[in-house]
Amino acid sequence: MEATIKYVRGISKRKEVPIFIALLVLCIVISFLSPFFLTWQNIFNVFRQFSVIAILAVGQGLIIITGGIDLSVGALLGLMGVLAASLAAMGVPAVLVFPITILFGCMAGSVTGLLITKVRINPFIVTLGMMSVARGVSLLITGGMPISIDNGITYLGGGHIGNVPVSVIIMFVVAICGYVFTTRTLPGRNIFAIGNNERAARLSGIQTDKMKIMVYVIMGALCALSGMIVSGTLNTAEPAAGTGYELDVIAAVVIGGASLSGGKGSIIGIVMGAAIMGVLRNGFVLLQVSAYWQVVTIGLVIIGAVAIDSIKNRSSNA
Amino acid sequence: MNKPYLLQTDRISKSFPGVKALDGLNLQVRKGEVHAIAGENGAGKSTLMNILSGVYPPDDGSMRFDGQQVVFKNPRQAQEAGIVMIHQELSLATNVSVMENIYIGRLMTNNMGFIRHKEMKRACQKLLDKIKIEGIEPETMIEDLSISQMQMVEIAKALSLEAKLLIMDEPTASLTKKETDLLLNIINDLRDQGVSILYISHRMDEIFAIADEVTILRDGKYIKTLPVQETSPGEVISLMVGRDFSKVFQREYGSNLSDAQPILQVEGLCSGTKVNNVDLKIYPGEIVALTGLVGAGRTELVQSLFGVDKRTAGRVLFEGQEVQIRSPMEAIDLGIALLPEGRKIQGIFAEMTVRENISMAGLRKFVRYFLVSRRKEAQAAEDYVKQLGIRTTDIEKEIRFLSGGNQQKAIFARWLLTKPKLLILDEPTHGVDVGAKSEIYEIIDQLVQENVAIVLISSELPEVLTLADRILVMRNGEIVTELAHHEADQEKIMKFATA
Repeated sequence: MEATIKYVRGISKRKEVPIFIALLVLCIVISFLSPFFLTWQNIFNVFRQFSVIAILAVGQGLIIITGGIDLSVGALLGLMGVLAASLAAMGVPAVLVFPITILFGCMAGSVTGLLITKVRINPFIVTLGMMSVARGVSLLITGGMPISIDNGITYLGGGHIGNVPVSVIIMFVVAICGYVFTTRTLPGRNIFAIGNNERAARLSGIQTDKMKIMVYVIMGALCALSGMIVSGTLNTAEPAAGTGYELDVIAAVVIGGASLSGGKGSIIGIVMGAAIMGVLRNGFVLLQVSAYWQVVTIGLVIIGAVAIDSIKNRSSNA
Repeated sequence: MNKPYLLQTDRISKSFPGVKALDGLNLQVRKGEVHAIAGENGAGKSTLMNILSGVYPPDDGSMRFDGQQVVFKNPRQAQEAGIVMIHQELSLATNVSVMENIYIGRLMTNNMGFIRHKEMKRACQKLLDKIKIEGIEPETMIEDLSISQMQMVEIAKALSLEAKLLIMDEPTASLTKKETDLLLNIINDLRDQGVSILYISHRMDEIFAIADEVTILRDGKYIKTLPVQETSPGEVISLMVGRDFSKVFQREYGSNLSDAQPILQVEGLCSGTKVNNVDLKIYPGEIVALTGLVGAGRTELVQSLFGVDKRTAGRVLFEGQEVQIRSPMEAIDLGIALLPEGRKIQGIFAEMTVRENISMAGLRKFVRYFLVSRRKEAQAAEDYVKQLGIRTTDIEKEIRFLSGGNQQKAIFARWLLTKPKLLILDEPTHGVDVGAKSEIYEIIDQLVQENVAIVLISSELPEVLTLADRILVMRNGEIVTELAHHEADQEKIMKFATA
């Protein structure tokens, strides 16, 4: 009994609790406003909608913990979808399309990482450039037209295991890996150290450049994975897929409690942040709010989350 | 001593999560006196200063300043009342001129809103003359000034705010002897002009050279206020630590070791512009001090040995083997550790826990099948917390809540965990109180007895003379002389360092 109380107390002190409460309140409010919200069909819908954002947010979370940022995630997702579809169109079997696309993602990520660490360009600028490059290459490959996919790779986006969409299962796997990586491994600890104090990290024997390149490579791989999921859902690879995703992804990370100045963040919080974004978007649709208002609200939510973070920082530093 | 009181606090208290930083403090400062505050790190000095200067309000208690009850909501209100604080880390904007820094936020403008440069320059020159500093013009850029000159500018800025009470937090921490003397002269002048100064310092010689009264704090509590003429450094120190201060730290100094194999041998090392053709040998079980003026190239030398900076020429042999050390990781793998100068900038991970800070450099030891064993890691951290007497409520506390001395001990623990054969210490007791200092000396002595080689960089000559078996004096990037423990004294070292 005492052990249970202690356990519950320990959990209640965790930093993710307020985020969880926010998510819960949001769900309760929407379920009162729309009876359709709590049906199984809609719940799976919500999960499927935010699974891609959550997968990308795990990668973005790692980057933001090191003190960096990646604006190219949406564009890279689009490019990777297009690459996977092109490979499929060439007759490459699904078992090969998957690893090759992931490899392309890693390569794109390593270019970003090298530019940031070796050429020493600000991450914001590098990834802003990469965003444009990736989107441009997608358009060049496709000529601006969507490519339809008829290949087993669509299973990632369209398949189900039992009732559960495959993409949701992938999300949970990525989240668990991300959680173990950040809390239990050596490189996981190192990225927090880098975000906290890069100079001290280097003097403590951490290979800061290598670690930073690593997080961008992971991000690239997750973009590839997400690109395949998105194009699999629709059976088509759109060159414009993922446009604007960077906003949702960064929002999820910030709502999840990571600090944009680096050194802080939890994967559980980040996934819940992605869930909040997903539930919000779903709620707007169910309540038939104008799509234009959605855009405005999402922007306000992001600013609000950063404001809360900044106010919290100020009061704890005093 | 019958001057009227300028500042009186009445039972001021302040708590932070897990610590009572100030506990019912009464402090009385007279007009036109230099009032020193002495206390170990963690005694509550910084909290007191922050409350007085309006950084945050006290939880309890009240304050009278210049005959009036005051409550400051922010530093600006404190400034307007006449309390100005000069921080340990200076707060000047570096890429603008002296003049603009002094008048920042209240530039003189004409009624069109344009800045009146000439008038501002004249007023600024007058201020600079008032504290008799030379070599600084109103239009000099801050980035071209030395730390001590920046401090002078801060003081000038304070005067321009018509400060009645100037709070100085460890103002001499990064100054040379000459600069310190200059600063103390300025403080004397200010006192003659009727300004009160609250002077925080660890250095007893300064307190006794300059202060009229000294107030001792311990664990957030007021202990005693004494006129300096009626007390002694020994008494102040024992009031600070709450126990009799063991007079002088003593160790057995090594004799000639030149028959043994050196653990580190350096030949003709050059790095950047600051390290020039350095030869040296370090033997196991000895303390070699690297001393000299700030900027002599000591830090640059050890950082190039540790793989932080590239070396441009020269050979390095570790345990007789020639080595290329290209990164701190390679240095650590060899068994070299570097406790860097500047704890906040290069040492601590402020928002990480004491445990994480301790295990940072040696975490690899606790990894099995890619996973860190939290249990083993915590055990090791606990062991070092106990062994080094790191005062913290528990190892899961964020390190920024610890006092400076305890943070420094945690960084010591970080390096001890890697079991180094050569430990380089760069200003290990900078900004650390007397109690923690003697504890750090004990740790160093213990390591030497375990045959670890120590390279000690220190600007404090008494520390160098207390600890070192051999003393290497650096000047302009070169080692100019080597002195054995018994041949060295402060004057000799200064002669070589400045010649």
